[in-house]
Parts: sequence; C-alpha cells; structure tokens
Amino acid sequence: MQNTAQAPRQRGSVWTDPQVRAWVFQILAVILVVSFGWYLFDNAQTNLEHRGITSGFGFLGNSAGFGISQHLIDYTEADTYGRVFFVGLLNTLLVSVVGIVLATLLGFILGVARLSPNWLIRKLATVYIETFRNIPPLLQIFFWYFAVLGPLPNPRQSLNFGDLFFVNNRGLQMPAPVAAEAFWPFALSVLVALVGIVALWRWAKARRHATGQRFPVALTSLALIVVLPGLTMLVAGLPLHWEVPVLQGFNFRGGWVMIPELVSIVLALSIYTAAFIGETVRAGIQSVSHGQTEAASSLGLRPGQLLRLVIIPQAMRVIIPPLTSQYLNLAKNSSLAAGIGYPDMVSLFSGTVLNQTGQAIETMAITMSVYLAISISISLLMNWYNKRIALIER
Amino acid sequence: MKMVKSTLAVLTTAAVLGVSSFAQAGATLDAVQKKGFVQCGISDGLPGFSYADAKGQYKGIDVDVCRAVAAAVFGDASKVKFSPLTAKERFTALQSGEVDVLSRNTTWTSSRDAAMGLNFTGVTYYDGQGFLVNKKLGVSSAKELDGATVCIHAGTTTELNLSDYFRANNLKYTPITYDTSDESAKSVESGRCDVLTSDQSQLYAQRIKLAAPDDYVVLPEVISKEPLGPSVRQGDEEWFDIVRWTLFAMVNAEELGITSKNVEETAKSTKNPDIARLLGTEGEFGKDLKLPKDWVVKIVKEVGNYGEVFDRNVGAGSELKIERGLNALWNKGGLQYAPPVR
Amino acid sequence: MTTHTFKPDMPPPALTFGPIAWMRANLFSGVFNTILTLIGLYLVWLIVPPLLEWAIFKADWVGTTRADCSREGACWVFISDRFGQFMYGFYPAELRWRVDLTVILAIVGAAPLFFKRFAPKAKYGIAFLVIYPILAYWLLHGGFLGLEQVPTSQWGGLMLTVVIAAVGIAGALPLGILLALGRRSNMPAIKVLSVTFIEFWRGVPLITVLFMSSVMLPLFLPEGLSLDKLLRAMVMVIFFEAAYIAEVVRGGMQAIPKGQYEAAAAMGLGYWRTMSLVILPQALKLVIPGIVNTFIALFKDTSLVIIIGLFDFLNSIKRATADPAWLGMSTEGYVFAALVYWIFCFGMSRYSMHLENKLNTGHKR
Repeated sequence: MQNTAQAPRQRGSVWTDPQVRAWVFQILAVILVVSFGWYLFDNAQTNLEHRGITSGFGFLGNSAGFGISQHLIDYTEADTYGRVFFVGLLNTLLVSVVGIVLATLLGFILGVARLSPNWLIRKLATVYIETFRNIPPLLQIFFWYFAVLGPLPNPRQSLNFGDLFFVNNRGLQMPAPVAAEAFWPFALSVLVALVGIVALWRWAKARRHATGQRFPVALTSLALIVVLPGLTMLVAGLPLHWEVPVLQGFNFRGGWVMIPELVSIVLALSIYTAAFIGETVRAGIQSVSHGQTEAASSLGLRPGQLLRLVIIPQAMRVIIPPLTSQYLNLAKNSSLAAGIGYPDMVSLFSGTVLNQTGQAIETMAITMSVYLAISISISLLMNWYNKRIALIER
Repeated sequence: MKMVKSTLAVLTTAAVLGVSSFAQAGATLDAVQKKGFVQCGISDGLPGFSYADAKGQYKGIDVDVCRAVAAAVFGDASKVKFSPLTAKERFTALQSGEVDVLSRNTTWTSSRDAAMGLNFTGVTYYDGQGFLVNKKLGVSSAKELDGATVCIHAGTTTELNLSDYFRANNLKYTPITYDTSDESAKSVESGRCDVLTSDQSQLYAQRIKLAAPDDYVVLPEVISKEPLGPSVRQGDEEWFDIVRWTLFAMVNAEELGITSKNVEETAKSTKNPDIARLLGTEGEFGKDLKLPKDWVVKIVKEVGNYGEVFDRNVGAGSELKIERGLNALWNKGGLQYAPPVR
Repeated sequence: MTTHTFKPDMPPPALTFGPIAWMRANLFSGVFNTILTLIGLYLVWLIVPPLLEWAIFKADWVGTTRADCSREGACWVFISDRFGQFMYGFYPAELRWRVDLTVILAIVGAAPLFFKRFAPKAKYGIAFLVIYPILAYWLLHGGFLGLEQVPTSQWGGLMLTVVIAAVGIAGALPLGILLALGRRSNMPAIKVLSVTFIEFWRGVPLITVLFMSSVMLPLFLPEGLSLDKLLRAMVMVIFFEAAYIAEVVRGGMQAIPKGQYEAAAAMGLGYWRTMSLVILPQALKLVIPGIVNTFIALFKDTSLVIIIGLFDFLNSIKRATADPAWLGMSTEGYVFAALVYWIFCFGMSRYSMHLENKLNTGHKR
C-alpha cells in the first residue's frame, strides 16, 4: 500500500524533481536579491551615520531660497522645497505634453508624406526622417539653443510683430489673456453650446440608425458654437482683454513669455520624435491590406470616408503600441532639459535641490519615482485605449 | 525606517564605541600612504583655481593645495591624482571616499560643515559674490538691476545669496541656472542674460574667456562672504590636521619670507627660531602630524608659499591679475593669518 | 514581288515614357500634387543652396587659427585644429597609437566573422569576445605588462563615446537575455523579479540613472571602496540597456511557435538545453535587427554622459567651442558632431536593414 502510494515519486531523488528544484531556485534568488538590497541599504546607513550626513524627507518643508526662471504656479524664494517639486513637475509635464502634441501632428504628416504619390514629397520626408532620427536629441537641443536661438537680438532690438509679439533672446513675448467681467457669461454660453452639440450628435445618430436619414450635424454644430457665444458677447461685452508685453528696463513686462530654453527643448524633442512617429505611421498604414481599400471603394465610400472609416481605424491598431513607446521616450527625454538650464524636474530637483541640501538619496529617489509614475500612467492610458480599439473577433 | 535607523545607530555605537572612532582617525593617511598618492577632487574647469591647460595638465590655486598636501605627505608634489568633479558630484565624491581632499572652490558654510559630513580645513581664498555686466547696459551699481535676467550656476551658494540680495533690496529678477560656467559665460555673451553673478574671482576668470573682455565690467557691490577652502571627511582628525597645517605652513612661509627659491638655503643657515621650527631644523613638529621632519621645506620647495601660489595662479603673475585685497597677510591689511608652529 | 519591309518602330509618345512622363506621373499628377511639388521645390531651394554655400563653397578649410577664417562660410579650420582632442580627449598625444591599435585590432579581429565561408565562426567568435576585451583594456588603460597607465579621467572624445557604447552593449546582451528568460519563466518569483527590474529601468530616463551613478551609488558602496567614475557610469548604462535588450529578446522568443518548445520537450531536452539549443538561436536570429536598433539608441544616448562631466565626443566639442581662441564656432562644432553621429547611426541602421533582409527566413509567412 505504502509502496504504491510512493511509486510515482520514485523517479529520482528530491533534487531532480523539477518542482522542488524550481522552489529551491526561486527561494535562493529571492534571498540573494533581498540580501543584496539589505547590503546596499546597510552600507548607505553606515555611510550616512559615520559621515554625519542628514537624512530623511524633512527638508521638503524647508524654505528653498532660490529663484526659478519659469514657474506655472506661483512661486517665490520663500516657498518650500516641496513647492519646488511641483514647479519642476509641472515644467516637465508642460514640455512632455506640448512635445507630444507637436510630435504627433508632425509625425502623422511625415508618415502620410512617406507614402505620397508625389516623388519629391516622398523623398523629402525620407531625408527628414533619416537625418533627424540619427542625431542624438541632446545635440539637437544644443543646436537649437546655442546656434539658432542664441544669436537672436536682445530685448531692445526685438523683432516686433505688430507691437503684440516680440521675439528676442529672452524668448517669445506675447499678449496674455486676462479675464474681464464678461468672462463668466461667455464661458457659460460656450459650455451650453458644447452640451447642445453633443446632444445634437446623439440625436442625429439615433435618427440615422432608425430612419436612415441624415442630418447636417457639422453645419448645425458650427452655427451653434458661433451664434450662442456671439450673442452673449454682443450683450455682455468682450470676455477677455489682452495684456500686451511692454519693454521696460532690461526686459519686457507683462504678457506671456516662452523662454528660449522651453522653445529649444520642445522644438528639438518634437522634431526628433516626429521622425520615429512618421515611420510608425507609415508602417501602420501599409499594414492595412489593399483589399480593404478596394472593398471599401466598391461599397461606394468616398475617399474621405475611406480614410476615416476603413484605413485609419485599422492602421491605429498597429500604430498605437509603438506610438506609446515613442510618447514614453519623449517624456523621458524631457529630462535632457538639464543640459540647457530649463528648470524641469531633473535640473531643479536632482540638480539644485540636491546641491543645496546634499541629500542625494532622497532627491534622486523622488525624481526617479516621478518618472516611473509618468511612464506607468502613459502606458496604462495607452493600454486602455488600445484595448478599446482592439479588433473584436467574432 | 526610523526605528531601523536608530537601532542601527545604537548597535554601531555600542559595538564599536571608541574602537571604531579611533580606527577611523588615521584611516585616510594610512590609505593614502598605502596607495602612494593623494586623490584630490577639483573643479571641471575654472581658470585660476583648477583647469586643464592645452596639454591636459591641471593648474590653479585649488590644484596647488592638493600638490602641497602630496608634498607634505610624500615629499613629492607630483604624487597626486585629480578627479574633476561637477558642482553636483563634489560632496558625494568626498563623502564616499572617492577623493581624499575636496579642493574645489567650495564655500565654507555651517550646513555644509555640519549636515553634509564635511570638515573645512581653512580658507585659501576670501571671496565675495559680485556681478558682471556688459558696459552697453550702462549700469554702475547692482541696485539698478531691477528686472534683470541673471545667469547663475545651479546649486551653489551664489544662487541663494542672489535671491537674498534682490529680496532685501526689493528688486525683481529672472534667474537662468546653468550647470557649467562655460554655458553661463556663453549666455552672458549672447545676451540671454543681462548679468552674470558668481564669486568675484570667478567673474574675473570668466571675463578673460569672453571674446571682448573690455566690454564687460564687474560691479563694485560684493553681496556675500565666500570663504573658499579645501574640505575633508568628518571623523578623521589626523588627516584633517594634515590638510589644515599644510595651508598654515604655506601662509607662515610667506610671512617669514621663505620662498621656493630660498627655502633650502634658509633651512641650512637660519638662526631665527620661528623659521627653524617651521622648517624642521629645530624640534619635531612634523612628527606630531605624522609627517616627515622637513615637510614644510618640501611644500615650499615644490609648490611655493601662499603668496607665490596666489601670484602665479590668480595674481599679478597670471592673466587674471586679481589684487591680493582680503587675501593679503594679516600684517599687510588682509585676512590671511596662520597660527604659529611651536 | 515586293518584300514587305516594316517601317522602323516609332518611339513611344513622349508623354507616356521618359522623364516628362515620369514627372507627370510622380510630380504633377493633379492640382494638389502640383502644389505640393512646388512647395517642396521651394523648400529645397530655400535650404540646399545656402547650406552648400555655407558648408562648402564659402567655407575656409586651411589654416591654424581663427584669423585664417574669413567668416563668410563655415570655418572648418576649427575642426581640423582640434581634431585630435575630439577623437582622443586628453589621452596623452604620444600614447595615442594605443587607441589606434585597439581600433585596428577590433576591425581585423572581427573581420572573419563577416565572411560567409569562414568555418569555425562560433568558436572564433567566442574566443574573440573573451580575448579582445582584455587586450583592449590593457592597451587603453595599461598599468601592467609594461604599458604606462592612462587613468580614465584622461579618456575622452570619440574614443570614450565608442568605449561606453561598446562596453554597454557587450555587458547588456548577456544580462538582457537572462532577464528575458526570467520574464518568460514559469517560476513566479523569478518572473516578478525580472519584470520589476525591466520595468524599473525602462521607466526612468538615462539622465537620472547617470546622476544616480555619480551622486548616489558611491553612498551605497561599503566604506573604503570607491569605483572609478567611468566604471560606475558603465555599470549603470549596462543595467539600463539590459532592460531594453530583454524586451527585444522577449519579442523574439514570443515569435517562436509553441511546436518548437514541444518538440524540444519530446526529445527529452531540459530547460537550459531547450533554451540554448533550440529557442534562443532562433529567437536571437529574429531579433538581431532589434538589437542593432537598441545599440543605435545606446550610441546616441552616450552623449548624455556630458551631464556627469565625462568628456565624450559631444562634450569635447562643446568645451572647445567655449575656448576664447575659437569663440563663435558653435555651429561648426555642432554640425561636425551631428555629421559624425549621423554617419555612425545611419551606417548601423542600414546594416540592420541589410541583416533583416538576409535573415528573413524561417517563420515569416
């Protein structure tokens, strides 16, 4: 009885049992990793103790005491390191978001241009892509910053565009909108128009499904968004007035300014990333088989509809995953801002703050977790989108 | 986390009390003697203080301090290796033991001395923060800089002083922070900023790097105290003393009129007991520091006294042509003062 | 009787053949296309002639100082004057033959691997991979066997860029393959560890990783142990690249049909033999282009070491443009840098495409 029960395990000793071996192996690996981690932690602890280096995150509450050239939220020198963190984070996000939008636009144009029937356009797109994707982005940033934007005139000799926009080596100065009294009625009317449009679309779609009749949705929507706010403006007056930059002392005062550091990094990153996105888009469009185009044409779809209803939805499935990784790359590359003094997360936090406090481990840990969080969020978002448009197999 | 830390602290203290701290002191000198050279952290390019010439040889006051330490320990100023460090890396490099001495144009402040695990050994250069502007702007005082765009180096005391000064005088400014001095010099030249702010010595050094140095002036205001000096790790008194007394020896040598040219002569012939004690012909003062008897002779012979080092690198004998000013000896109206050897 | 003679063939109408027809079909096939072509031509006219004029026709090529440049076009004198520094950094001039020799040895040593008919490729390749790094270290760094030591703080220029990239890829490949195996493993603990490692390194920018190597890593080492700055940067680059390589290799392994695993199991092969004899050879062959692309990315990324103050190619150029004797040469410097990086990266990407075509056998349906 006992013998038969044990028979299956008689194949060999315990050590050749793959399951046992797997467990032993895994436990060993975990022990190894954990003890290595502990070793590093212990070293760091000893080093910090012995050398009297302060540790902990208490410094976040201390006053920073230095100025920052670009802050999207209010910031003064008396604010804390904690606030510096948010200033840096927002600056990083600004570069990433603007860069992603521009790179996507440019990339899609390039991708389509690569497949253009026009020989010249095709070749130009190819030259663009092969040039810019083979040059390090940091070098491109330097080029824009030092070689292109550096030699711009100083504020007193700015290039003047109608006394509203000024270009000089301090950046691009432009009028800033300031909310006037009539702002809220105006905003409300825009909101009402938008809600109306959404409702109209739903109603039109339901009607088309039910009766097959079309409704001129686009025209009606346009009318709605123009007429409603227009009427409010007539009644209540202009919603915004513009604060125009004026030269005063060394610099322009008032208005908005896009500093050259921001311009060069956004330009360089979107131009660089667009080259990759262009190739992605081309591959995506080419992956839609020609039969689809022919089938759609034979169903009587017009070229616009063909592109919108048949090609793009299918191409997007191929484009989205590599596009996501390009977005991630752009977000990570925004850290190159440190090279030209744009106050992003890396140059502010693991640069200035690290130096003022000397707490390398804490500042680096914070910086890296921010990037991890950004990366993970973009991945999750794009995964969700990818799942939504994925092929539903029947 | 906190508990682990305190437990750890208690454990280390309990287990190695005395033994550890004793073993710690002297560890650096032993290690240096064993490897045969002093590893010295310097800046990555600052004329007059530490920079590589066209042949890749390092020169400057900060470099000479390291060479003097090597001369004191080994009797040979060439037994030193240099690690160029960025402003960011410098403290970690010293804390972690990558370098034995940090001689990198570093301001002595309380937080650096206390919270970062460093000990400053003395002051090699009394500096103060100033402003460099283009003459075209027609500015003659820092008080007229309201609204200016200012270039600074990231993560330095200058950054904090600047904001203090402008806040105190109720002026507005836009800071542009760069990692290296090359970038800030380039930016003030291209007009990205109106003003470059830094320690005055650095401003003079930057100015000679500009295409048209005469178009720029250094404004008269000095807005901060910047005592620059070498630092060592906390917890090793012996090594701390060696570096500190190397500096003192150079200052004392200048005060007593000993130069690299006459030092060997003087050592043999001197009747002056001060000089004799300094140069090791009387007493065993080197031994207390665990250094050879003739350590000062070697320092002065191979590197020079403080005045020679100053002149050669930043003073009259250099391109920077900076006045001695605060850095003159105490008996000549300056601040350089060294305790006596006895 | 008259013999019927054919008239000679008429040439095809000019509008369906020859350059005019080609232009009609490819450039002016409609109103929209014609407009595009005209815009394109305008762009070319806007960019190309001034560029050529600046870079070639009006450029100054000979001389030794800034005064030799007329400044109407590019001043290539700057590049030729500083060429040695751009290539070798501060590597002592009289020892630069050692760098040259290292490069020549690499080319000569690796050459047999690219010949089709060279039979003992695998054995030779492994021997080369073991012997060459030691030889290269001896030549570049020295300090033993009669060669004078050149500390890494004197390394620089293009040489440093290539060294970082080469060491990075050589270290990242084996580690990346192990990580890919770990990620595909059935053992949950191993899988979790691998995934965490890979996602961590892929989630952070290389700059922060390099900062970490220069300001944080030293604090994690035991007291008294300090590693060379370049070495620390290289270790970090290896970890960083390994995560990317791991994902590339995983892609290749996923493309191997399940039948291959089952067949290997049926033959009685264990895990390691299944992997090393059946799966990896096929998977690696599939992903060679992907690996080359990762290497191109790494090559471009090496320019980031500027941030931690290493004197790579880009940094030596940047430094040279700050030299008072050569002020105002940033454009020349950056264009030269761009050209060199471009030649390397474009060359490698062409090679990768060539490989892709050559290896395009097997599972592709």
